[in-house]
Amino acid sequence: MLNSYTETSLKYNPDRCINCMRCTQVCPHAVFAEGQGRVNLVRPSACMECGACALNCPVQAITVQSGVGCAWAMIAAALRGKDMDTECSCGGDDGSCCG
Amino acid sequence: METEQKTVSRCSCTPSPQAPSCDCPADSPRAEIRTTTGTITSANRLDHLLARWGWNRGGHRVEPGLYRLGSPIAASPVFASANYTLSFDALRSALAGLDAWILVLDTKGINVWCAAGKGTFGTEELVRRILAADLASLVSHRTIIVPQLGAPGISSLDVARRSGFAVEYGPVRARDLPEYLETHTATPAMRRVEFPVADRIVLAPVELVMALPMFIAAVVLWFLAGPIAALAAVSTILSGTVLFPILLPFIPTKDFSTKGLILGAVVALPFAVAFGTNPALPLWADALSAVTTLLVMSAVVSYFALNFTGSTTFTSRTGVKKEIFTYVPVMAVMAVVGSLAGIALLAGRLFGVI
Repeated sequence: MLNSYTETSLKYNPDRCINCMRCTQVCPHAVFAEGQGRVNLVRPSACMECGACALNCPVQAITVQSGVGCAWAMIAAALRGKDMDTECSCGGDDGSCCG
Repeated sequence: METEQKTVSRCSCTPSPQAPSCDCPADSPRAEIRTTTGTITSANRLDHLLARWGWNRGGHRVEPGLYRLGSPIAASPVFASANYTLSFDALRSALAGLDAWILVLDTKGINVWCAAGKGTFGTEELVRRILAADLASLVSHRTIIVPQLGAPGISSLDVARRSGFAVEYGPVRARDLPEYLETHTATPAMRRVEFPVADRIVLAPVELVMALPMFIAAVVLWFLAGPIAALAAVSTILSGTVLFPILLPFIPTKDFSTKGLILGAVVALPFAVAFGTNPALPLWADALSAVTTLLVMSAVVSYFALNFTGSTTFTSRTGVKKEIFTYVPVMAVMAVVGSLAGIALLAGRLFGVI
């Protein structure tokens, strides 16, 4: 209750990990940490689904439905009758919620 | 040399991702190299201030392309940046005193992180700029230092495959670069994004400017319901745009909507008391005035709060979506019920029924 941020779409398959540590370098919230021969998923609920880890993983050990967690854009898309997942974009000239 | 150029048909002087570049003659259309410094002038500071206040959003741009900072040589490091003045200026001022190359991507005047999320600070644009600047002929190494927050748009594998340049992810904040460059290793703190009070306050002006049309509501209320109602409207807007970002981590609950409801209710309380203790009105009308104030003010602040998720550094799309489905219907009901009751009360007083 009162916490909508416990689950995310981040999925990690440690069997594929080759321990290159790239995900630990790109993650801004220390979701992954160095482990024994492979990286560990240590703070899954801190994931903000930016997608940096999945995009930079050389062996596709990580998947995440990346997107910007911006209510303004999602509500605007919903009001225009567009799909909240595909139409949402941040940072355009026609109104942006990004700082 | 020139004849050789013509016979080698694979060779292109206007590099594209498909065609490999080569040593083009001096008059080749290689993109111009600009010069910059590590100094932030007062004109730059004014530009930053205007950007922070939302003036001409999207207009705070620098020309994309390659820049010389100081007197870079073939061995000097290459840094990637966005063509948003705040991003570019943060990088060049952090590198002041160093000789380096700066490759500015065309992100349409958007900062690195937001542009990366959108894909404009992305693999495609980075590869295109590396090739257009013919970076390979200018530097002896094959490494480009990209800000860590550019990673959501950059596939380092694809960049290496298509441009021959290895992506090295630098720290989150440009100001950590001098320390980072000593070892080319980032400390865990350099890799973490926080959201300290200074970073939150700096966003308040834009939030406030974007809410300016709502002040019309305050003026309308002044004429309809008097100065206290107008003050309540102004307090609501200021709570949602300025107070909320500042108090964010201190308001209980994790969800932004509930944080907003709490803040809104607290701010509404004195107004509810003021409206609910009018001796000229019957008890039920006083009670209804108080409830109306609480409902409308907390619903509006809650909506502002929910929208602030887009400005934070940590909310996930899954979570925000969950919040929208959970709380927007509640906010809508509160606002509609509150507004209808408010209108009924106003009408009742205007026509002398109560």
